[in-house]
Amino acid sequence: MKILVCLSNVPDTTSKINFTENDTKFDTNGVQFVINPNDEFGLTRAMWFKEKQGATVHVATVGEASTEPTIRKALAIGADEAIRVNAVPLDGFFVAEQLAEVIKNGEYDLVIAGRESIDYNGGMVPGILATLLDMNFVNTCISLEIEGNNATATREIDGGKEKIATTLPLVIGGQKGLVAESDLRIPNMRGIMMARQKKLNVVEPTTSKNATTDVKFEKPAPKGKVTLVDADNIDELINLLHNEAKVI
Amino acid sequence: MSVLVYTESENGKYKKNAHEVASYAYEVAKLMGTKATAISINAGKAESLGDFGVSKVLNVSNDQLKTFSAKAFAQVIGQAAEKENAKIIILSSSADTKFLAPILAAQLRAGYVPNVVSAPESTSPFKVKRTVFSNKGFAVTEISSEIKIVGVSNNAFGSAENKTKAEVENFEPALGGDSFTTKSIEVDKVVGKATIADADIVVSGGRGLKGPENWGMIEELAEVLGAATACSKPVSDLGWRPHGEHVGQTGKPVASNLYIAIGISGAIQHLAGVSSSKVKVVINTDPEAPFFKAADYGVVGDAFEVVPKLIEKLKEFKAQNA
Repeated sequence: MKILVCLSNVPDTTSKINFTENDTKFDTNGVQFVINPNDEFGLTRAMWFKEKQGATVHVATVGEASTEPTIRKALAIGADEAIRVNAVPLDGFFVAEQLAEVIKNGEYDLVIAGRESIDYNGGMVPGILATLLDMNFVNTCISLEIEGNNATATREIDGGKEKIATTLPLVIGGQKGLVAESDLRIPNMRGIMMARQKKLNVVEPTTSKNATTDVKFEKPAPKGKVTLVDADNIDELINLLHNEAKVI
Repeated sequence: MSVLVYTESENGKYKKNAHEVASYAYEVAKLMGTKATAISINAGKAESLGDFGVSKVLNVSNDQLKTFSAKAFAQVIGQAAEKENAKIIILSSSADTKFLAPILAAQLRAGYVPNVVSAPESTSPFKVKRTVFSNKGFAVTEISSEIKIVGVSNNAFGSAENKTKAEVENFEPALGGDSFTTKSIEVDKVVGKATIADADIVVSGGRGLKGPENWGMIEELAEVLGAATACSKPVSDLGWRPHGEHVGQTGKPVASNLYIAIGISGAIQHLAGVSSSKVKVVINTDPEAPFFKAADYGVVGDAFEVVPKLIEKLKEFKAQNA
């Protein structure tokens, strides 16, 4: 089985978000970039398929040279090879079209991408990929088993979960649950050394266009001061929620 | 050239978000000088969408679509858009709709913008405001493709009554065997309880509750309020609660009217995930907990004393206001 894990390079979850150039750009100053958490759960599941079922695992990202530390981390975790499409990721449609080209050339059986990146939250790359390539697709996937050509996936639905039977070739929109948080791996020294020897292929983008453009950003309005209620005066809390906030 | 809206239903009944997206579609149609048409799959009372400004309903009754299939549902919506020559398609933010939206976007080569929080800022060029960076910011996004798909955030635009007479027309989509290449084999879903996605009130517990055995009072409080239960990331990582309850940046977003955080200190990732909730109440022993800076109402106190008292007082309140 040949697996491609799609990686997005995103600000660490603890990052404070600021905008620059008259609020038209994300301010990367002082921001630490990491593998998108939803992608990392998928990468870790792919490592399981590699170790238990002999799968080959490649990783791919669409980004400039500055994203290479993130790709190297994935190689240090255990991916066999990496592909970087040398382009600024313009929007989800653009990224999906670039990755579709990578998948066509690489003949992958299984593609795992995060259900969304935690920066622009577009949530469209895995679904667009699957449709462009006519592969099966399961989104918000929280467990995945593969046997031969058959896949059993569980997806999160509102208020529960649904088990789905499908076949390869398959695209997964992954998230936490594919593996547990405690299964995520920190690269060790040996992995880091080995990653330096692994192939990182840089390919040029196709000429596809973006369908959406972020023209302006803003930060949420600052929150007013909290109204503190004494722990011995819960009646007052109920009164405020009923008469002032009108939520009960 | 109407505005098409997919009005989601469950067991034949429209979901709350169906009324929200119908109201949104009415607003967009008004801005563009046209009408809102709904595409509805196996729902009863299609004409009731007229209450929310829908002028026409394409009504699909099809046994093959009794179970959700993202690809097949996307094909139905795509065919409805083609029939209506709709250039704008409005969707909700439910798990099912977020599953089908990218498939639809690829089929129609349409730009798709999810998590939209308000009516378009302009229609030519078409610009909408959405949340980005997992609710830590907003972006105004322009869609330049000919067909445009807008995913409206839960509980953001709200539903608005606009009494209109809805003409109901039966619609028969063309579906082939390749529309059903993923098969649902088992659904495990809580019934008769509010879900985090559509609850008006969410009650959430953190590590301050000390252990899974103490969740009884969280569930009782939720029951009194008709609320959904949720938890912080450490609680789900420790296995105290199921992953599906984890709210925050890498879990589910919450956009309820009222969010009650109990024993949750308020890490930046958690605050981002719940920031779309309208009113936030925090109960915590530590007055320095960061959550107090992001909350509307706060109680500094021990959850094991405050929550039972709150349950008791709420029961009295409910009895008086019943």
